[in-house]
Amino acid sequence: MLAFLTRRLLQIVPTIVLVSMLIFGLQQLLPGDPALIMAGEERDPAVLAQIRAQYRLNDPVPVRYLFWAKGVLAGDLGESMRLKSSVASLVEEKLPVTLQLGAMALLFALGIGIPAGIVSAVKKETAWDYAANVFALWGLSTPNFWLGILLIFLFSVTLGWLPASGYVPLGEDWRQSLGTTIMPAFVLGNALAAVLMRHTRGAMLQALGADYVRTARAKGLQEGRVVLKHALRNAMTPVITLGALEFGTLLSGAVLTEQVFTIPGFGKLIVDSVFNRDYAVVQGVVLVTSTIYITLNLLADIAYMLVNPRLRG
Amino acid sequence: MTIVLRALLTLLLWAAAIGGASAQSSLRIGLAEDPDVLDPTLARTYVGRIVFASMCDKLFDIDQKMNIVPQLALSHETSQDGKTVTIKLRPGVKFHDGEDFNADAAKYSLERHLTMKGSFRKPEIAAIESIEVVDPLTLRLHLKQPYAPLLAQLTDRSGMMVAPKAAEAAGDKFGLHPVCAGPYKFVERVQQDRIVVEKFADYWNKDKIHIDRITYLPIVDSTVRLANLRSGGLDLIERVLATDIKTVRQDKRLALSKAVSLGYLGLTTNIANGPKADNPLAKDPRVRRALELSIDREALNQVVFNGEFVPGNQWVSPQNPYYQEKFPIPKRDVAKAKALLKEAGVTTPLSLDFMVPNGVELRQVAEVLQSMTAEAGFDLKIRLTEFATSLKQAEEGNFQLYLIGWSGRTDPDGNSYSFQVCNQPLNNGKYCDKEVDAAHQEARAGASQAARKAAYEKVAAKVLNGGGPIIYLYHPQVLVAHTDKLDGYVQMPDGLVRVVGLTLKQ
Repeated sequence: MLAFLTRRLLQIVPTIVLVSMLIFGLQQLLPGDPALIMAGEERDPAVLAQIRAQYRLNDPVPVRYLFWAKGVLAGDLGESMRLKSSVASLVEEKLPVTLQLGAMALLFALGIGIPAGIVSAVKKETAWDYAANVFALWGLSTPNFWLGILLIFLFSVTLGWLPASGYVPLGEDWRQSLGTTIMPAFVLGNALAAVLMRHTRGAMLQALGADYVRTARAKGLQEGRVVLKHALRNAMTPVITLGALEFGTLLSGAVLTEQVFTIPGFGKLIVDSVFNRDYAVVQGVVLVTSTIYITLNLLADIAYMLVNPRLRG
Repeated sequence: MTIVLRALLTLLLWAAAIGGASAQSSLRIGLAEDPDVLDPTLARTYVGRIVFASMCDKLFDIDQKMNIVPQLALSHETSQDGKTVTIKLRPGVKFHDGEDFNADAAKYSLERHLTMKGSFRKPEIAAIESIEVVDPLTLRLHLKQPYAPLLAQLTDRSGMMVAPKAAEAAGDKFGLHPVCAGPYKFVERVQQDRIVVEKFADYWNKDKIHIDRITYLPIVDSTVRLANLRSGGLDLIERVLATDIKTVRQDKRLALSKAVSLGYLGLTTNIANGPKADNPLAKDPRVRRALELSIDREALNQVVFNGEFVPGNQWVSPQNPYYQEKFPIPKRDVAKAKALLKEAGVTTPLSLDFMVPNGVELRQVAEVLQSMTAEAGFDLKIRLTEFATSLKQAEEGNFQLYLIGWSGRTDPDGNSYSFQVCNQPLNNGKYCDKEVDAAHQEARAGASQAARKAAYEKVAAKVLNGGGPIIYLYHPQVLVAHTDKLDGYVQMPDGLVRVVGLTLKQ
């Protein structure tokens, strides 16, 4: 177990380095010139030259990468060309926003997907099952952007129940915070709810057909107890792991949702930074996001190990 | 399942109660983008100027008819030779940190714009050679050569005054906490979320400030911005889409304010920038004339903008005092266009690489142009390109036609010089004509409006009707929608949201 953990932890370092190099390289392939955007409409040649010198835009890519990496090792993620504030402070400000949104979306997904999956498996081939399947299909095929706009029109413009956009931090006013994040979290969690529903349904159907369930029923246990205690417990392991892994995907899905609802999180930061070719910010955000993703993967692996002792060898 | 539904419903109803509870204690303005750094010397975005309008007063301002009017300055006088400008300053003005505004402070601000590393203002006021403090309320600018557009520059960021002590202490981080002499002082900024300012008690014109607090919220999507206004989440939004005007007008709780923008949209031709310029459109003015004659500007305006924009054929709008009436908007004439193409020996259809920055409105404009010009024998190959990429490709000459606009400047020089004079940074097509250059220099040195207009007539004679690098198409309307609770809002042609004199009924 210890050897496994050490091995996996050691793998993380080169992975992150590789990812950062890849992103740095890919970023340079983006067409357009950051200095041209930075210089504003008038693009005075002297101003352009000054920007290029200040941000080392004339240096070769490997040199710039090494310069950046040296900073990161010293705890400095660089400075935003556009906003003149440090990337670390931007990350610190935006990460909790996206994490809150992601966590709420995950709650929505678990809260809707799993019960719907159970009901659909238990009531197989009834109206409940068909309804749940239609819901899943709808959830998977509805674009976030469209659903977001639709919800804004329904709940903000027509009914006037929820604010159409903006964000209030949890620490500032938790009720308003939930009010601003409830719609985006639902939109973000929607597709995952559908995935979880399909997985739960499959796993439950398999469990419900298993010998131990038949035995439990033969012993005269109540159906509710059979479903929730015996079948569900066994069916849940892969579903929960899937949920944990999908949390990473949720964070990347936040890009569009944050744009629609104007939530000032990671997604919005990265979109704005790409359009403005604010390289330092893009690089910093990607580095942090990939580190989170890699860590989640590690945690999922460890969870598997704990659940399934046969993997510990 | 019922439990889940019930729980969800309860959650929604409860959330609804929160949403409806927000009180309207301040003015909330929806911006189309997040501004860049809030330092007048280092700022470069249009949207940033909207925020500065409440925080940083300038030496001069413009009125609705684009006359230059005093703000922190009281008057100005230009010497006979045009090389000295004397400015009298307003007494009793304070910066947000309590520091006095006077000639020393004004000198400091102008010198900061001129010398600070990374200053975007330097090219705008580079004509200033030295600044002299005559007395505490008089400033004298000595120019390298006569430069008529200077005063217009001082109506924008170059004329914004920053508090010397605060600016000196903060250095290039001043934009994180700007200290100016405007009606509102900076409170806080959360990047991409909000900028908050509050009423400055010692403002020189404080009797006209009636709203306590303003929050600027950047919301990029225009549909969402409008939805926020309609749901009461915002009080005012800028850059309403022309296609949304109907929705705004139908809503009784909303009002629309508009003004013809200083900017334009045009078709830039690659005249001499690299191998792509090797085509009849670049080489023969008759072909450019034919292209222009194949376009019906009014129909374009009707189709894409519901007739709300203003067709135009020059770098200033027909409402501008510098508009050249001798060169009216030409009527569409397909027969003449075909004849010109024949005369120029062009085999039709003439295929052209047409670069168009990606965006709903511009794409529609491009498609209408494509269909109109096809009737005369042009085949515009639309190439949708992400905006930042298009800037680079334009500079490299990777286009034959480029659909690009300009946000506009108060002085006509700001709309024409950099695009039409040889080797200027925005002259992407590398157009170059010595006579045009000379006429532009004459306009810069001109002492009166009449003299300058006469100089611009010489430019027009050369660059309009196919002679120059740009076919000007239309001038957008600055469209601002706001709640009917807001009183006293006046839209200015520069698109900025001015907050002096506004009242908000509760």
